[in-house]
Amino acid sequence: MTKRWRRTGAQLIWETLLGEGVHTVFGYPGGAILPAYDAMLDYPIRHILVRHEQGATHMADGYSRASGEVGVAVATSGPGATNMVTGIATAMLDSSPIVCVTGQVGSALIGTDAFQETDVTGVTLPITKHNYLVTEVDEIAPALHEAFYVARSGRPGPVLVDITKDAQQAFTQRRPRLGKVDLPGYRPEPRPPESELQSAAELINRAERPVILAGHGILISGAMGQVRELAERARIPIAMTLLGIGAIPANHSLNMGMMGMHGESWVNQAIQEADLLLALGMRFDDRVTGSLKTYAPNAAKIHIDIDPAEFNKNVRVDVALAGDLSAVLAHLLPVIEARDRSEWLGSIRGFKGDTAVRDIQNLPDMGKLYAAHVIHDIWRMTGGRAIVTTDVGQHQMWEAQYYRHNEPRSLITSGGLGTMGFALPAAVGAKVARPDDEVWVIAGDGGFQMTMCELATIAQERLKLNVAIINNGYLGMVRQWQEFFYDRRYAGTPILSPDFAALARSFGLGGEVVKTRQEVEGAVERARADERTVVLDFQVEKEDTVYPMVPTGARLQDMIRRPGQEADGDPESEEEPVAAGRTVEW
Amino acid sequence: MTPGPDGRIRPHIFVVWVEDLPGVLNRVTSLFRRRGFNIESLSVGPARAPGVSRMTIVVRTDATTARRMLVQLSRLVNVLRADDITNEPAIHHELAMFKIQATGEERTQVIQLAGATGARLVDIAPESVVLEATASPQKIDGLAEVLRPYGIVEQVRTGLVGMARGAASVMTDPDARKPPKRRRASSDESGGSHSV
Ligand SMILES: Cc1cc2nc3c(=O)[nH]c(=O)nc-3n(C[C@H](O)[C@H](O)[C@H](O)COP(=O)(O)OP(=O)(O)OC[C@H]3O[C@@H](n4cnc5c(N)ncnc54)[C@H](O)[C@@H]3O)c2cc1C
Ligand SMILES: Cc1ncc(C[n+]2csc(CCOP(=O)(O)OP(=O)(O)O)c2C)c(N)n1
Ligand SMILES: [Mg+2]
Repeated sequence: MTKRWRRTGAQLIWETLLGEGVHTVFGYPGGAILPAYDAMLDYPIRHILVRHEQGATHMADGYSRASGEVGVAVATSGPGATNMVTGIATAMLDSSPIVCVTGQVGSALIGTDAFQETDVTGVTLPITKHNYLVTEVDEIAPALHEAFYVARSGRPGPVLVDITKDAQQAFTQRRPRLGKVDLPGYRPEPRPPESELQSAAELINRAERPVILAGHGILISGAMGQVRELAERARIPIAMTLLGIGAIPANHSLNMGMMGMHGESWVNQAIQEADLLLALGMRFDDRVTGSLKTYAPNAAKIHIDIDPAEFNKNVRVDVALAGDLSAVLAHLLPVIEARDRSEWLGSIRGFKGDTAVRDIQNLPDMGKLYAAHVIHDIWRMTGGRAIVTTDVGQHQMWEAQYYRHNEPRSLITSGGLGTMGFALPAAVGAKVARPDDEVWVIAGDGGFQMTMCELATIAQERLKLNVAIINNGYLGMVRQWQEFFYDRRYAGTPILSPDFAALARSFGLGGEVVKTRQEVEGAVERARADERTVVLDFQVEKEDTVYPMVPTGARLQDMIRRPGQEADGDPESEEEPVAAGRTVEW
Repeated sequence: MTPGPDGRIRPHIFVVWVEDLPGVLNRVTSLFRRRGFNIESLSVGPARAPGVSRMTIVVRTDATTARRMLVQLSRLVNVLRADDITNEPAIHHELAMFKIQATGEERTQVIQLAGATGARLVDIAPESVVLEATASPQKIDGLAEVLRPYGIVEQVRTGLVGMARGAASVMTDPDARKPPKRRRASSDESGGSHSV
C-alpha cells in the first residue's frame, strides 16, 4: 500500500516557496513561526539570519531590485512583524516586489491580546499592495501562490502573508493545485486604446524640443533597449529620475543625467524649456517637479505608466497610455519617425554654461577630503561596474551625481520613502542575488548606525561587500536644510560615531580610516582585494553642501548653485574631468 | 478637502462591487481615510451574484478628486468594479425611521402627516409613534423638517443606495465571473449576515 500524501502547513510553506523559485529567505525566528522554521531544515532553502527584521525586509528588497525576482522575508508574530513595517513601506513606495511571511498566534487566540499578538494585516494594510491572514492549512499554498503573483505582476509591490501557528501545525491530505491565479477584480496590465497611441505618436513626431523622462518603470518593465531605440531614432535627450538611473547608460550620448531637486541645473532647464515631455515609467514625484504650477509650462505631456492611478495625479498630462512600458513601446516604436533635432540638442549644450567649472569634481581639493571626490574615485576604480547601494542623505545625492552607472539595476537606493538604514541590508540582498558582482555600500555616518548590526549577518554569512561610510559628523542632509532654511541652527544634527573601522574589525571584518584624498586609492584597492567585507571610514569635510538644489516648492529652474567664488579656483584639477572617456552631446 | 481645478465640491455617489471576504470593508474605508476623504454615508449588502457585495459610498468632493478616488478603488485587489454614478440617471434612496413623542391631538397630526408624505406608520406605543420612509435624501430631509416641531426623540438613516434607471444600465452587477471561493483576507472579522 502506498502511503497517502500528507503535509503540514509548515511543509507547504516551503514547498510553495520552492515552487515560486525561492531558494533564499531572510528571516528571524520566534514562537509563532517556529513550526515553519522546524520544517525548513528538510528543504533546500538558504536561510540568512538577520539581526533585526527591518534588515530582512531591506535584504529582500535589495535582492529584488538587483535581480528582478521576488525577495522573501520571514518573521515571527508581534514584534517580529512590526519590525518589518519600515522595510515594507520602503518597498511599497519604490514598487519593489517582496513577500513577507509572518507567523501569527493560534487562530483561537486571535483578538484576545494573546502573547505577541499584533493585528499585522491591519497594521500593514496601507503599506502593502495586498495582504492575507491565513488561518487554515489548506489556504496556505493558494495564499502564498497568489501573493507572489500579486507582488510581481502589474505595478510590483510588497505582499504580506500572515499565517497562524495552528495552520502551520495542521496536517492536510489535500494536495494544493496551484494553477493560474483567479483574481476577478485584479487587472494588473491595462492596455491603452489605439487612438491614444496615435495621438502620442503624432505629438512625438511633431515635437521640436522633446525630453524623455526616464523612470524606474523602464527597469521594472525591462524596456531599456526600446527606450534607447526611441531616443536614438528620434534624437530625444533623456533625463533620469533617481530610480531611473541605470535604465540608460550614463555614457550614452543622449543621456543628460538626473533631473529634479539635486539634478543638474541644465537638465532641469531643458525640461522647463521643452515642448514635449515623454514620461516613461516615472511618477512625477515632488522631488522631480518642484513647484507644479510652473512645471514645464510649454510642454505637452505624454505619460506611459502601468498604474492608471499615476495619471494626472501630480502633473496634468495630454496623453496617458496605460500599460506595461515594453508592450506600449512595442506598439509605439514602429510609428516614430527618425528626426535630427540637432538645434534642440545644441541649445541644451548652451544651457550648461559654467556648470563644469562650478562642479566640485573639477575643483582642486586644497588638501581636503570631499565626498564627491571619494565617490568619483570609487567609480573610477570599479570601472563604473559595481552594484552600489546607498543610504539616504547627502552622500546619496553625491553618489547619484558622481557614480556613473552604465548598467541597469546597478544603483539600489530608497527613493520614495528615503529610508535611512537601507544601504547595508539592501547590499546583503543584492550580493546574495548576484554573488559574482562587486557590491559597494555608500552610507552616511548617521544612516549606517541605524542598521549596522547587520555587519554580524555579513560576518556569519561570509559575504564580501565593500562599505564606504561618508563620515561628516552630521546628519548632513538635514544640516544642509538647517544651513539654508533655518539660519544655521544645527539642532539635533551633529552626530557622534564609533570608530567604524575598529567596529568592523570586532566583527572579524576589515576596517580602515581614510582622511586625505591621497589615501583614497590605496584604501579602495585594499578593500577590493580583501576577501572579507571591509568598512572604509572616509572622514570627509563636515559642512559640505549638495549643489545644485531646488528648494522645496520652488520653480525647477530656480536652483541654489554652488557659490561663485569657489568656481574661481583653478578648474585645471589634476583629476580627469568626469566627462572624460564618454562621447557627449553636450 | 481643497477643491480641485475643475469644480465645486458636492456629494459623489460611488457604487462599488467587492468580493465578499473578511476585511474588504476595511480595505475600502482605509483607502478613503488614507487619501483624506470623509465618507458621508456608506451602505453594504449582498449583490445579485453570490460572493459579491455591493457598496454605495457617498463622499463630498470635486470631480477631479472623485475620478482619482475611483481609480484608487479599482486598484484594490478585491474590488471587482467601481463606478461614479453621480451623473447617471438613477434612483437614489435611503431608508429612515423617526420616533416621535406625541399624544392626543399632536399624535393625530403626525399620523396625518405621515399619510401625506408617503411615510409609513410602523409602530404605535402609548407615548410615541415610529414613522418609516424610503425616499431620496432630500425628501427625507424635508420629512425630518416637518416632524421636528413634534419632537423627534430618535432617528436612524441608512445612507443612500442607488440603482440606475432602465434596462441597459451602466450599473449591471458584475456576475459573469465565478463567485470567489477564497475566504481569506485581513483584519476585521465582522459578524452579521455577510462577512465584508
Ligand atoms: C534625499 C532625497 C533626494 C531626492 N532627490 C531626487 C532628485 O533630485 N531627483 C529625482 O529624480 N529623485 C529624487 N529623489 C527620489 C524621489 O523621491 C523619487 O523616489 C523618485 O523620483 C522616483 O522615481 P520614479 O518615479 O522613476 O520611480 P518610482 O517611484 O519607483 O515609480 C515608478 C513608476 O513606474 C511605473 N511602473 C512600474 N512598472 C511599470 C511597467 N512595467 N511599465 C510601465 N510603468 C511601470 C509605476 O507605476 C510608477 O509610476 C530623492 C530622494 C531622496 C531620499
Ligand atoms: C529613518 C529616517 N529617519 C530620519 C530621516 C530624515 N533624514 C533624511 S537625510 C538625514 C541625514 C542623514 O545623515 P547621514 O546618514 O549621516 O548622511 P549624510 O546626509 O550626512 O550624507 C535624515 C536624518 C530619514 N530619511 N530616515
Ligand atoms: Mg553624515
